[in-house]
Amino acid sequence: MDFLAQAAAADSDAFSDGMIRVFVILVYFAILLLLGGVATTFLKKNNKDYLLASHSIGPVLLLMSLFGTTMTSFAMVGSSGEAFVSGIGVYGKLASISGLIHSLCFFVIGTRIWKYGKKFGHTTQVDFFRDRLDSPRMGLFLFPVLILLLIPYILGGVIGSGTIIQSLTSGAFPEWFPHAQPALTGGIPPYLGSLVVCLVVLIYVFFGGMRGTAWANCFQTIVFMVLGVVTFYLIAIKLGSDGSGPDNDLLTSMQNAIKNVPTTHTTRSEMSHSLFIAYMLIPLSVGTFPHLFQHWLTAKNAAAFKLPIIMHPFFIMIVWVPCIMVGVWASAPGVLPAEWYANPSENQNKVLGYLVTKHTTPVVGGLLAAGVLAAIMSSLDSQFLCVGTMFTNDIYRRFIKGPNTGNKIGLGKDGQDNGEPSVWVARAFIIVIVAISYVLGIVLVGKSIFSLSIWCFTGYTGLFPIILAALYWRGLTAAGAQAGILTMIATWCYFFFATGEKLYVPGTDWDILPVVPITFATTIVMIAVSLVTPKPTEQTLRRYFEK
Amino acid sequence: MNPFNKWIWLAIAGLLLLHHDFWFWENDYLVGGFMPIGLAYHVVYSIVVTITWVILTFKFWPQDLIQE
Repeated sequence: MDFLAQAAAADSDAFSDGMIRVFVILVYFAILLLLGGVATTFLKKNNKDYLLASHSIGPVLLLMSLFGTTMTSFAMVGSSGEAFVSGIGVYGKLASISGLIHSLCFFVIGTRIWKYGKKFGHTTQVDFFRDRLDSPRMGLFLFPVLILLLIPYILGGVIGSGTIIQSLTSGAFPEWFPHAQPALTGGIPPYLGSLVVCLVVLIYVFFGGMRGTAWANCFQTIVFMVLGVVTFYLIAIKLGSDGSGPDNDLLTSMQNAIKNVPTTHTTRSEMSHSLFIAYMLIPLSVGTFPHLFQHWLTAKNAAAFKLPIIMHPFFIMIVWVPCIMVGVWASAPGVLPAEWYANPSENQNKVLGYLVTKHTTPVVGGLLAAGVLAAIMSSLDSQFLCVGTMFTNDIYRRFIKGPNTGNKIGLGKDGQDNGEPSVWVARAFIIVIVAISYVLGIVLVGKSIFSLSIWCFTGYTGLFPIILAALYWRGLTAAGAQAGILTMIATWCYFFFATGEKLYVPGTDWDILPVVPITFATTIVMIAVSLVTPKPTEQTLRRYFEK
Repeated sequence: MNPFNKWIWLAIAGLLLLHHDFWFWENDYLVGGFMPIGLAYHVVYSIVVTITWVILTFKFWPQDLIQE
C-alpha cells in the first residue's frame, strides 16, 4: 500500500510535476524540429530526393525507420493495457507473430518492390500496379482505397497523442484546463495536444521530406525503445519492493510483483484458440501499407534489407515484453485504483500512465510521454508524407497536370526530375488530409484506437493476395486485381456494418476475425477473374518475370 | 517465378506451426519465478525467429538480389 501513500504525496505537488512533464515534452518536440531543419540542408530540390531520399538509405536507418513506422502507441500504452485486461496472451497474439510475418513481408514483398521500383521508376503502389498490369486506370481503383484505409490509421495516432498528452500532463495547468475527472484536471486537452503533435510532424515532414522523416524515425525509435526499458525497470523495482527498507534487486522485485497476479493473466485460460490463429493474418497488412512501400523504395540496395529483416522480431520483443509484464503485474489487486478492476476495458489505456506517474519522477514521466509520442509520431510522419506522395504522383500528375507529364514515372514533362511545384502540391494535400483527420480525431476522441487499427489492418490484409500475386504470378490480370479490390471493399463494408469485429465459423463456436473471410473472398475472386480475362502484354510479363 | 529457396518456406511453415503453443495454454509455471511460461515461450520464439532470419538472409538470399 506504500505506493498509495506515494501517490497521495505526489498529488500535493502535482502542479510542478505536470509542468516538468510539459517541459520535457516541449524539449523533445524542439529536437525533432531541429532534425527536420538539419535534414533540409541535405535536401536536393527534386521529387526523387524529397519523396524517396534518392534511394540512399542504408541498413541501420532502414531498420530504424521501418521499425518506428510499424510501431504505434499501441506497442507501449495499448500492449500494457491489453495485458492488464487479458494477460500474457496478447504477446503471442499480436507481437511474436508480427516479428515473423513483418520480416517475411520485408523479405518476400519489400525486396521485390524495391528491385522493380528502382528499375522501372515507381514511387507509389499505383505506379507499380499500373506498370505491372498494363492498366492506366488502376489508380482510380487503388488510390481511394489506400487513402480511406490510411485515414483511420492516422486517426489512431491523432487520438492517441491527444489522450496520452492529457493524462501525462495532468496537474500542469489546473486553472486553464479543469476536468470532471480529478486525474485529468490541468492536463493539456486532446484538441490542443493533437494539434501540436500534428503541427510538429507536419513541419519536419515538410522541410525534411523522406530524409528528415527517416532521421526523425531513427531518433524516435531509439527514444521509445530506451525509455520503454527504463520505465519497466523503475516500475518493477517500486512494485516489487515493500518500501520499508532499501529497494530489492530487479529479479526479486519481478518475483514479488507477479506473486498476486491471478492465473487468468499468467495463462491463456480465457483466450480463444481460433481467435489466436485468426490474428496471424493481421500482420500481413504490413505488405500493403502505402507508407511502408515508400520506405522500402528509399533503400540504397537490396542488401540494406537484411538488417531490418533480422532485427525486427528482436526489436518487437524488446519493446513489447516489458510493457506486457507491467500490464500483467497491474492485474494484481491493489496495484491500481480499486474501481479500475471492475471495468478493466474502460481503464486499460490509463494503466501505464498511472504507474509511471505514481512510481517514477516527473522527469521520467515526461520522458515516457516523449517515448509514447515518439512511437505515434514515427508512424504519423511516414503516413503524412505518403498521402502527399500518392496524391501528387497518382492524381495530380496523372489527371490534373495532364497526361503528358513525362514518359517515365516520376519525371517532369521534359523528362527531367524537376518536380519542385509537385512538392508543394504534395504538401497542400497533406494539410487537407491532416486537417480532416484532426477534426475527425476531435469528434471521435474516446473511441477505441485498437478497434480503429484492427479495421484498418483488416482492409490492408485484404489487399495482400493482390500484391503477392502481382509479384509472383504471371496469370494475374488487371481485371482480376480490380475485382479483388472491389471484393475487399464490399466484404469489408459488409462485416463492418453488419457483424462487427467478432465472427463465428458457421455451425461451430470458433470465433474468428472478419479478416479471414475478407482475405479468402478477395483471393478467390482475384484468381477466378484473372483466369478468364486478358493478361498484360508479353513484353510487360517478360520485364517482371524473366531473369 | 519463385526466387526463394524451399528451405525458406519450410522454415516459415515450421515457425508458423510452433507459434500456436497449445501445450502451454493453461500452464501457470513461472520461469525463474517471475515470467509465466506462456510468455517465456514466446520470448524464446522471438529469439528463434531472429536467428532463423539470420540464417535465411545469409544462406538463402535470392540470387537475383545479390547483384542489385
